[in-house]
Parts: sequence; C-alpha cells; structure tokens
Amino acid sequence: MSNIPSDLFYTKTHEWVKRNADGTVTVGITDHAQDLLGDVVFVETPQAGRKLKAGEACAVIESVKAAADVYGPLSGEVVEANAQLADHPEQVNKEPYGAGWLLRLKPDNAAEMSALLDAAAYSTFVAAESH
Amino acid sequence: MPFIPHTEDDIKAMLAAVGARDINELFDEIPAALRSGKLTQVPPRAAEMEVTRLMSERAAQDGRPLCFIGAGAYEHHIPAAVWELTTRGEFYSAYTPYQAEASQGTLQLLYEFQTMMASLTGMDVSNASLYDGASALAEAVLMAVRANRNACAKRVFMPGTVHPIYRKVVHSIVKNQNIELIEIPYCSAGGHTVPESLEKFQAGEFAALVIPQPNFFGVLEEVDALTDWAHAHGALVIAVVNPVSLALLKPPGEWGEKGADIVCGDGQPLGVPLSSGGPYFGFLCCKQEHVRQMPGRIVGRTLDVDGKPGFALTLQAREQHIRRSKATSNICTNQGLLVTAATIHMALLGPDGLERVAAHSHANTLALLASVCALPGVERVFERPLFHEAVIRVAGDAGAVLRAMQARNILAGFDLTPYYPELGNAILLCATETKTPQDIEHYTTALQQSLTQRAPARRAEYSV
Repeated sequence: MSNIPSDLFYTKTHEWVKRNADGTVTVGITDHAQDLLGDVVFVETPQAGRKLKAGEACAVIESVKAAADVYGPLSGEVVEANAQLADHPEQVNKEPYGAGWLLRLKPDNAAEMSALLDAAAYSTFVAAESH
Repeated sequence: MPFIPHTEDDIKAMLAAVGARDINELFDEIPAALRSGKLTQVPPRAAEMEVTRLMSERAAQDGRPLCFIGAGAYEHHIPAAVWELTTRGEFYSAYTPYQAEASQGTLQLLYEFQTMMASLTGMDVSNASLYDGASALAEAVLMAVRANRNACAKRVFMPGTVHPIYRKVVHSIVKNQNIELIEIPYCSAGGHTVPESLEKFQAGEFAALVIPQPNFFGVLEEVDALTDWAHAHGALVIAVVNPVSLALLKPPGEWGEKGADIVCGDGQPLGVPLSSGGPYFGFLCCKQEHVRQMPGRIVGRTLDVDGKPGFALTLQAREQHIRRSKATSNICTNQGLLVTAATIHMALLGPDGLERVAAHSHANTLALLASVCALPGVERVFERPLFHEAVIRVAGDAGAVLRAMQARNILAGFDLTPYYPELGNAILLCATETKTPQDIEHYTTALQQSLTQRAPARRAEYSV
C-alpha cells in the first residue's frame, strides 16, 4: 500500500496539495503515482509567474517507460518551481512528498480547495482504480 | 501478386468485429467537406510496362544539360560505392524496424550519421533526419518556440535571405499554431542581414532568430554578431546551413559567444542525386539542453548485460508512441535510406575530402563569377564574401536569358525575379566541383551569345 499522508489534499490525477502558512500551496505527485511511473529521469516544471487553471497541464514527468502530464490542482499563479529537479529528478521517486515537490502555487480562490480529496477519499479512489 | 496481405474474408471479419458495414464507414467521422472526393487528375490504373515506358520518356525529357543551378539543391560528384552499398538488401529499408534494437546494423549507421552531423555542426545531438531542409526549418521553429520558455510571444525572426520556398513551407506549417514569422530585410549592397536592423526590437518579444549560412544568395552572414545579439535579447538561434559549407566555415556551435542553439538544413549535397527534385532529406541538430524538444529518433551507444557495446534508441519519451498527442512531432526515422547514403558518402570522403569539395566549389563559383562579369551587360550584385553561389544581374529579361541558355543545353541559374523583383534581372548561379574550366568557358560564351541573341531566342520560344 502506498503512502498517503493524512495532512495533505489530493486530486484524481494523483497530485497532492499542501497548504502553507503564507497562503500558497505546494504541489507534487503522490507516492502511488511515482510508483506507477517508475524511475523518473526528467522533470519539466513551469516558469514562475505562469497563470494556471485548475486541471490544466503544467508540468511533465518523464520516466524510463512513460511521460506523464501533471495537472494544476487549483487555479492560481506559479510562485516557484523546484529547481533541484533539473539535476535530481530521482527525488520524485525518493521523496514524493518532500524534496520531490514540483511547484508552489498562489491560489486564486481558496474555495477551490473544497473540491480536492482528503487522504481517506484518495485512498478509497486509489483502491478502486487499481481493481 | 497482391501486395495487400488481407483477403476479402479477413476484411469482412475485421469489419464485423468493429461493427462497420464497409471500409468507407470507418471514415464517417471525417466531415464531407474535408474529403478529397474523386481524384480526377489521376488515371485509374496503369500496368508496370506502361508506367516504365512513361517514366523513361519523362526522364529522357530531362536530357543531360550542364547544370549551374543551385538554389537549395546541388550537383556534387557521388562516388559509385555510395549507392552500390546503400541499395544492398541489408540497408534497403527506409525505416527503423518496429523492434528497433533487433537491427543493430541500422542503429549503428544512424548513430554514426548522428555523430558525423553533430561534429559537422558543432552541436551535441542530431536526430535521424527529416523530410527535407524546408520542413527541417519548420520543425526547428516549432522546437525553438517550445524550448524558449522565457519568450512571452510566439514570434520568430525570419530573414529575407532565407530560401523563399523554405519560408513558404515554414509559414504553412506554423501559421495555425499562432507562430508569427517576422521578416527582416536584407542589405541591398551586401546581400546579408544587417545586425543593426534588429535594434528596434525588444528582448522577450520573440522566441528565436533564424540565421542562414550561407544565405539564399550564397552570401555569408555576420553570424557571430547576429548570434550574440539574439542571445542578448533572450532569443534562441536557429542556423539553417549547407552541410558541405561546414567543411570550410565555422560550425554553428561556435558562432558568437555561445553558439547557435539549433542547426538544420537539407542533407541533399551529401551523396543524394538531384533526381528532378527529390527525395532529399533534412537534418536537425541541437544543444543537449534542448534535446527533449527535438523531434525524431535518437540512437545511443550502450553496453549490454554482458558488457558488449550495442546501440539502442534513447529519449523516446518525446516520441509519438509514448507521448501520443503531446509528442514533439510525428517525425520518426524519415529518410532512412538517404541518410544511409549520406553516412557512407561522408565516410568515404572524410573531413579532408569534404573540405576539398567545398573549397573546389567555392573556387569554381568565383571563377565563373569573374568570367561572366567580364562580359558587357553582366554585373555582380552583392559585394560580401560568398560560398558557392552568387547573384548576377543581366542587361535583359532574366527569364529570357535563361531560356536562351537552356536552348544551348545549359541550365544557367535560378531566376530570382519572381521572389526578389527589387533586384531587377537577377540570376542566382552555382558552380560546384563538378564543373571544369572548359564548362565555365562554355557557359561564358553561351551567356554572351544569349545576351546578344536574346530577342530571336524568345520569338522562337513563342512560335513553338
């Protein structure tokens, strides 16, 4: 069973969202997603300042067997992308909830958070999807 | 012998499985307005014997003229071994097989091609070819727009000195992706792009600058200044080059302080005959940092489980079988057979041989230029240094002069008047290493006669 921390929020496209104290959110892909992708060899992150709509493709993760789009979980502006991933894409596999984070976003509308899944709901979703 | 392996029964079974009545039904989702309808200009069928005869008659119409036309396709000597080897059964397949690694020979050849092209252009990587030079430039433009994430606008500078047909092809391919091509005028004295003409543009307003070297007029551009200017203004540099010229000229990877970012062009001069216009092949090379935006196949050298060297396709996540609709392009191996010929051609000539071809072509064109410009009514148009093409202006209608030369069995050059009317009666000419001093003398004599006998030649043409 993959690791699904209880203090994060999730999407059905396997991104996680963490609320930060400064009003921004940090976004990454889940442990389950990195496991499906296999060894990540390249990550393309968006430029800071880019405006995203919820559900819009905003990053690409390339593994030895696939290339997957990452979708913005909320509408907002990209504040920062994880520059470390350019040289260390394997962080996405090693620490998907830590050093493997993808980007920080300043949400346009905090109410959109309510559309995200909590850990229990995401866990149920993953279990259902894998059947 | 049927070349389609499906029998009528196979087709019926497959249609039944997907629930379609007939094959046409599979195309129902294409709106009627977009269908080609009946191809009225295409004859219904012809037997092999008829086709062979027709094609032989058409081929005979080409004759064996003395060719001084360049303009993107060049007559070079091709050692007999090149096509003898290329058409061997082991190579005679245009594609990498679907299990690419099963064909180590094909992959080794592509690897060697890519190594040679990267070395010629001074780039880190090369793909396995594109359709031709024009579509290679279009792919380079698309690639630059994807790669340059600092540029807020999808605008690319396209100098007027880039091959006019390349510009047209690029426009057709990129216009529906909202990429704007901004034409930069050329210097009427030098025939080159003046770096100062770019000064009015601001950084961040465009994604890339295309730099042709040599340019369509055969003239050498100020590549260092243009490259540095583009980089200082946040634009990538796309070099569109003649690969033979690179045996003499500085590789684009060394232009300016940082070098070009993407290099493309037509590979035809590397062992591909003119063949009435094709097929040719395009090439595309780039710096390592842009490799994920590059279309097409890339072959890498690796070690197998036993530690033995082998070849494998690499960075395939860019490609359509993995990235589907978001792939960089639908380009695959493309002109594999022509790449085979080019690789063998380059291997046979070696760097020294290619340099001799380039130097000889340059010298012949200078000799031709000096010879014809000594005639009354002929002048050189641009003063800047050139590679192996030059523009002359003739006293009289350029088309008529060329037709008069053709009547003397000489293809004397490319008529620039439809593309560059401002140059007057201008002709682009080229003398590669295949031309002898006698050929140049013959050309000069024929041109002198054509200029003085222009009017009768034209009447004769209309009376036919």
